[in-house]
Amino acid sequence: MELTVLVFLPAFAGLLALLLPADRARYARWVALAGALAALGLSLALFFRFENGGGFQFADRASWIDAGAFEVQYFLAVDGLSLPLVVLTTFLTVAAVLVSFSIEHRQRAYFACLMVLSTSVLGVFTAMDFLLFFLFWELELFPMYLLISVWGSGRREYSAMKFVLYTVAGSAFMLVAILALALGAGTFDMAVLGQSGVESAVLPLRWVFLFLFIGFAVKLPIVPLHTWLPDAHGDAPTAVSVMLAGVLLKMGGYAIIRTCVTILPGEARDYGVWFAAIGAASVLYGAFVTFRQTDVKRLIAYSSVSHMGLVLLGIGALGTTAMVGAAYQMLAHGLITGLLFVVVGLMYERTHTREISRLGGLARQMPLLAAGLAFAGFASVGLPALAGFVAEVTIFLGAFQAYEWAVIMAIFGVVLSAGYILWTLQRVVFGPVRPEWAGAGDQRHWWEHASVAGLAALVILLGVYPDLIMDMLDPAIGAVSARVGS
Amino acid sequence: MRELDVVGPQLAVLLAAGAVLAWDALAPPRRAALPWIALAGLAGAAAWTTAWAVRGDFGEAFEGTFSIDAFSVFFQYVFAGVTAIVVIASIDWVEREGRRQSEYYALVLTAAAGLMFLAGARDLITIFLALELSSIPQYALAGWGKDRRSGEAGVKYLLLGAIASALLLYGMALLYGFSGSTLLTDIAAAVAERGADNRSLLAAASVLLIAGFGFKMAVVPFQMWVPDVYQGAPTPVAAFLSVGSKAAAFAVVMRLFFEGLGEEFLSDDWAMIFAVVAAVSMTLGNVLALVQRDIKRMLGYSSIAQAGNFMIGLAAVAVAGERFVAGASGVLLFVAAYAFTNLGAFIAVIAISRRTGSDEIASYAGLWRRAPLLALALAFCLVSLAGIPPTAGFWAKLYVFNAGVRADLVWLVIVGVLNSVVSAYYYLAVVRRMFLGEAEDERRLPVAPTVALALGVATLGVLVFGIVPMPLVAAAREAAAVFAGG
Repeated sequence: MELTVLVFLPAFAGLLALLLPADRARYARWVALAGALAALGLSLALFFRFENGGGFQFADRASWIDAGAFEVQYFLAVDGLSLPLVVLTTFLTVAAVLVSFSIEHRQRAYFACLMVLSTSVLGVFTAMDFLLFFLFWELELFPMYLLISVWGSGRREYSAMKFVLYTVAGSAFMLVAILALALGAGTFDMAVLGQSGVESAVLPLRWVFLFLFIGFAVKLPIVPLHTWLPDAHGDAPTAVSVMLAGVLLKMGGYAIIRTCVTILPGEARDYGVWFAAIGAASVLYGAFVTFRQTDVKRLIAYSSVSHMGLVLLGIGALGTTAMVGAAYQMLAHGLITGLLFVVVGLMYERTHTREISRLGGLARQMPLLAAGLAFAGFASVGLPALAGFVAEVTIFLGAFQAYEWAVIMAIFGVVLSAGYILWTLQRVVFGPVRPEWAGAGDQRHWWEHASVAGLAALVILLGVYPDLIMDMLDPAIGAVSARVGS
Repeated sequence: MRELDVVGPQLAVLLAAGAVLAWDALAPPRRAALPWIALAGLAGAAAWTTAWAVRGDFGEAFEGTFSIDAFSVFFQYVFAGVTAIVVIASIDWVEREGRRQSEYYALVLTAAAGLMFLAGARDLITIFLALELSSIPQYALAGWGKDRRSGEAGVKYLLLGAIASALLLYGMALLYGFSGSTLLTDIAAAVAERGADNRSLLAAASVLLIAGFGFKMAVVPFQMWVPDVYQGAPTPVAAFLSVGSKAAAFAVVMRLFFEGLGEEFLSDDWAMIFAVVAAVSMTLGNVLALVQRDIKRMLGYSSIAQAGNFMIGLAAVAVAGERFVAGASGVLLFVAAYAFTNLGAFIAVIAISRRTGSDEIASYAGLWRRAPLLALALAFCLVSLAGIPPTAGFWAKLYVFNAGVRADLVWLVIVGVLNSVVSAYYYLAVVRRMFLGEAEDERRLPVAPTVALALGVATLGVLVFGIVPMPLVAAAREAAAVFAGG
């Protein structure tokens, strides 16, 4: 029951917010916050009750349709790979609600969409039936589309549609692969598929693997399927950017480990080298393109492409250490980039510009926000004792044996990231003070303090005490890499 | 007496048709009761069908030309339900039209009786007579409206329908010439005995039959009449045509081909024809639907594409262990799901165009503000047509695709999945316009209570069977089991 409650709690809170009477619309944020906090509390309770190395736990299972030749179940469960991502999701949902406290336009619908988005992501991370997984994966499109196109800025309708079209095109491939795999094997149960493996399907397994990968790679995203990401980030409201960068991209990485590698280990062995190559290319390409960005949010978006490339590189190495690093990188990137978007979003609320050239000297005018940006920037570069460092080092150590060349390319990309982050900090935070931002004000509301401080605290926690998560990831990922046989 | 018992449901409907006419002649001022008499007849038919289903001692009558079994019970329910919803949805329109009310209901009921006869017909003559019994009232109904367009639709439908009947008769004549009998069981025996020597003759007969029924099913290349007739005919009639006669045609085709022409050497031939027609119908229907501006024309082209989806089930005969059954249960499930969904969509269109006076998709902008429940119901139906969960349309598609995959028609399923993506685009474009568009006129749209009732029933069916699909799946599987011997 716990997982079902956890997954649907945000959507329930969103429904309540939507049903508030019109003259109580301003309470929608409190309803959403209550739902998000309850979900966070519940996920933390699961986190501490979880038995490391105990496989799938807290399972909720019921037969949904039994059509003779195949059975679809309602099946939720978490293991050491998905539970940290679940906690990340509930945590970022709270942060996203907090940074949305200043939303004025159609509040009830806004919070309803945000909470449904949270439910769909939680569903993706916990669904263990392939079809249910797909349903949650698709469910996420509706709130995202609305959130970007109604509450976004700039070319919001274009960006929202581009996001939807890219994802839907990817999911069409994914659906073909899922049907070929599951209808061939007669079960949609991901635990069964992942244990017994699949010897044959109605399509060649290479195709199934490729189709699944295309569906997930769009979300990750990899170069060259990444172009929707900067547009979506650029035009999305702050909270949506936090969710998008923080957890939606992780759905791609999670799904690759959970399905491509676990269910089709043979193909993963054959194509691991391509993962590494595409990953390293994404790291480098993302880093180079980041240098040319003039819009802060697009800059962070491209840096995400670069950082998610590391995830793919880690997965491609297929060893336990490298894949643990990849999973850790997903968590670290979720927190760090979430923090970056929160801070940049708060700056945007005050200055109404995201052009780097129009910003400058904010260290004087908004010292707290500037400090937050600097902290998040350093974390993003991979400063030791912060979460990103642990992840990157683990990936490099794990992948170096397998793909020396890819790791060397990726390390070069990380060096570039230090360049663009420091350069950005120099231009935005330091430099000559701009008179037009004199009265813009600093971070001042409690919810702003809470979201920035909370995220920063976790970035530090994961940096200094990685075993908290590593001990959970290790057995789960170890089982996956044992299947691959490396 | 047993023979009367077998056709009891049909007789109940015909009796109601007579009663409607008599009532109008005897008590003209009490016209408001007419639709309720019609509904009483349909309820009687459903009750009688239920009696058969409960007793379960299915059998034949009229020397094997007509049978009642799980298959015909399934379709009798579908037709009674469809006709009831159409009658309720027509009340408002018929009253406004004002003239010849009793004839309208009598014709609808007669057509319904014809459809129900088709469900149980197992003889070429019976099939043809039942088909004409259902078609001739529909020709008249298509031309029922006062404007020229409706007259044109009626004539067009009549002419093309006559051609279709002629093709059908040629095909039937060939079969009769070959087997010396009109009974499907005799034809099947003759095909088994000496069919292999007359393969070309049987193939020619199959092609003619497919062409004849292709008009009714509205598949490419027999689809030219669809958009014109749907656009011109009164909307309740268009709803009836799009669901009732399409479903009946599929019912007969399954009987005829699975029972009469099911011999393996022959089924390979016609299954291939069905597969190609399905692929072309889906693709052409969807591509043309993309560019439509009139919602009824769009629904017309979409119904062509949907017929292609149904037809995957007809093509998927070669499933090991479940020959015919897997495909037929897919078609049945799709027929039921599509009946609710398409009726819902058409009824919503009736309600909207009645008030706005326009069928342009552009006039649906901002409908969410003007009639929230109507917009929501239409949105659910469109989402179901696109095959997106949690709606009945999703399970129907999944089930049909499953049959396709198991019959080694992976290419067809891939075409189907890609087409689903295309179709989602234009269905969701309407949804998007309703919810995000700006209305020119902000006034609320009143909805007639009868229309709301019909729409409510249809939408509820879409949602309930979307969340709890098992009863419908079980019924479809049971009904399809009549082909298990083939």
